[in-house]
Amino acid sequence: MADGPLTWKNFIGGFVVDKPGNAAEYQTGGWRSQKPVWDNTKCIKCGVCYIYCPEPCVRQTAEGYFESDLFYCKGCGICARECWTGAIKMVQEEEV
Amino acid sequence: MEKFSIYAPRLVNPEENIAPGHRACIGCGEVLAVRYVLKAMGPNVIAANATGCMEIISSCLPTTSWKIPWIHVLFENASAVISGVEAARKALTRKGKVPPGRVYCLAMGGDGATSDIGLQSLSGALERGHDFTYVCFDNEAYMNTGVQRSSSTPYGASTTTAPPGKVSIGQWSQKKNMAAIAAAHNIPYVATACSSYPFDLMAKVKKAAEVKGPAYVHVLSVCPTGWRHATDTTIQMGRLAVESGVFPLYEVENGKYKLTFDFPKLRPVKPYLKLQGRFRHLKDEEIDKIQKQVDKEWLKLKSLVAMGGGEKKVVPVPAAIESKGKGVKGPGSKIKRKNPTTPRLRRTGPKKVSRRGKK
Amino acid sequence: MSHRTGLEVSHAAAEAVKLAHVEVVAAYPITPNTHVPERIAEMVANGELDAEFIPVESEHSAMSACVGSSATGARTFTATSGQGLELMHEVMTVASSMRLPIVLSLANRALSSPLSVWGDHSDVMAIRDCGWIQVFAENGQQTFDLLLWAFRVGEDPRVSFPVIVNFDGFHVTHVIEPVFIADQEEVDRYLPPFKPNAVLDPRRPVTMGAYGPPFIYSETKKAQDFALHKSKEVMLQGFAEFEKIFGRKYNFVETYKAEGAKTLLLVIGSFAETAMDLVDKLREKGEAVGLVRLRLWRPFPEEELRQAVRGAETLIVLDRAMSFGTLAPVVSEVRAALYPEEKRPQIVSFVGGLGGRDIRLEEFEYMVKRGSELTQKGGQKELYETIGIR
Repeated sequence: MADGPLTWKNFIGGFVVDKPGNAAEYQTGGWRSQKPVWDNTKCIKCGVCYIYCPEPCVRQTAEGYFESDLFYCKGCGICARECWTGAIKMVQEEEV
Repeated sequence: MEKFSIYAPRLVNPEENIAPGHRACIGCGEVLAVRYVLKAMGPNVIAANATGCMEIISSCLPTTSWKIPWIHVLFENASAVISGVEAARKALTRKGKVPPGRVYCLAMGGDGATSDIGLQSLSGALERGHDFTYVCFDNEAYMNTGVQRSSSTPYGASTTTAPPGKVSIGQWSQKKNMAAIAAAHNIPYVATACSSYPFDLMAKVKKAAEVKGPAYVHVLSVCPTGWRHATDTTIQMGRLAVESGVFPLYEVENGKYKLTFDFPKLRPVKPYLKLQGRFRHLKDEEIDKIQKQVDKEWLKLKSLVAMGGGEKKVVPVPAAIESKGKGVKGPGSKIKRKNPTTPRLRRTGPKKVSRRGKK
Repeated sequence: MSHRTGLEVSHAAAEAVKLAHVEVVAAYPITPNTHVPERIAEMVANGELDAEFIPVESEHSAMSACVGSSATGARTFTATSGQGLELMHEVMTVASSMRLPIVLSLANRALSSPLSVWGDHSDVMAIRDCGWIQVFAENGQQTFDLLLWAFRVGEDPRVSFPVIVNFDGFHVTHVIEPVFIADQEEVDRYLPPFKPNAVLDPRRPVTMGAYGPPFIYSETKKAQDFALHKSKEVMLQGFAEFEKIFGRKYNFVETYKAEGAKTLLLVIGSFAETAMDLVDKLREKGEAVGLVRLRLWRPFPEEELRQAVRGAETLIVLDRAMSFGTLAPVVSEVRAALYPEEKRPQIVSFVGGLGGRDIRLEEFEYMVKRGSELTQKGGQKELYETIGIR
């Protein structure tokens, strides 16, 4: 799609999408009912939460800890379940 | 403060070639597997994707989740499409119209696209010897259309077109052995993998990509929606499938079978089945039947491993059990020793802080 | 300079493919198209043609491989017939929507059942809405010429559509006839290298074949249809340039001795040759009879057709296919195209030549006679009349 309005005149021939990864503008965080919260005192920075995130939306902070990008996080809870030290807790969205 | 030498993010390619914002179900094991496959393949790849979950969650016009060249044509023809891509690359490279060097050709599809509707085109492409890697993301039913049975659905599972009822237990047939079918084409590399074992999966995909000629990787892709289990147990479910022998991990390299993980004793299948809604209706006698079938298949696999593959002599099953320890180490053990200077994990996700945490 | 040589038309088609420097050919054997891919495979095996030949396991995969190849940026060709085309059908709509300029030579063949390997137009008529440019050749020379034209027009970035070149199974494919085979230098002058707008290439990743939800699907189809209509301008340029280099003239609708004709025959495909013989014969007798040959089938040349038949009293349309339950395909398009005309000829519909059945000169003569008769009686009452039926 060329830049501009979503009209029939604005397609690239063959409906090619030439902006790699532009689906990242789509927010999937709204699907979530629980969100992961890290307890950095327990975190050993192993990165298992990063490895197993299906979105992927777990990223490393400057200090080497991990956090979830809540714009995308759907709250599956895999990171909390797989965390070796139990540093991640899933908490209800409304409780925070 | 890094206490562990196994510092997971350092061991993998930090590039994410499937962007977040995809519409995969919560806790999807399949998109996780796709993520690993793309990490293993790197940027130098062209992918053809069959219609199915991974296509529909990633490519809603006018957007795309893919950061690699990617084409979707139809349900049953990803292998034929990639055959064309591969042939075109060959011709264009020869004529100097594209820079020299290898670009990996990757075809992918779900279990329906692979073992049912696309079996013919896959077989054709494997037989013709195109230089490509086919990855089947097997979630054991037509999940995209609402959990209908496929030939890859395991015995006893409940699906919408093979529901259990008064006179039926649900899926009445045994799961089709796609890896064996691929191996029967005498291609250089076949492997099974699972999204719960990311390093093993990535190592196998890398191997498959490097191999000259066709390679086939069959990935068990855990599906909380279709299997009906808690979304946070996706990884656990894959581990149980592997450790119970329901889905053994192995490689077939030039006809030689190699177990990735050997287990002196398999876990029972019951805990695996009990955690999933699709098996909830099964009575103990049915579970026993499944257990027997799994044991039988496991022994069969071990006998293939013992044979080293390719030999015509049939090894009696008991003899095969005794000859333990052949090729039990998988590539997973190798990757842990990898060069620790792998570049540090890059920050992922969008950089705009303002959007973060929006609800 | 081109040279004139006698060869099987299928082999002439293969020569065109070779001269066009086709890079990928994916094909599956089916009668009566087989001689085309066979000859190409031979050329590739001998090193005469530097291309990849993919001997696929079905026509579905043939077209799928062509889609993959064209999307990667290679000049791509395939050939098929009858059932093969029907198996390709699903992929063909994708090829046109994705704007991949694959060229397909179609040896027209009847559809099963009963099985018939012989010629008629049932195959192409069944897929007429697949979004491809579709032209009909009547003989070997036209097949050769239109294949070159197909690459030039289809690959033009202003067009970017796949093209079917139809030529009748057996009646044309298997005939040995003299054909002017163009020089490489001439062809290179006519046909620039394929430079697609977007290709699958890791240096510039794109996504092809994304899905269209309801909020955007209509826009995609409108864009596609508009582009197909608009491609007519480039097609005409392609014909004009062809005439300049090769000296042979083509048009969307071609006429033969149609000036002042009261009765016009409209034919598509190789039966035009027999029809021309009849027109010659009747003109000699002083009868005002002429011929209209429909060269372009999609996009349908409505305006050109209106002009070609203006002034005639009777227009006899011969179809080599049925559209079960309604009018035959060609006549139904013709009627629709002429409907806005204030004064239009009586249209008389004949169906014939099915499953390889020949239509002889006498039968064409009968059609002309019967056509005028029905016009005098105020028009045809039945939907169509079948030629030579027992």
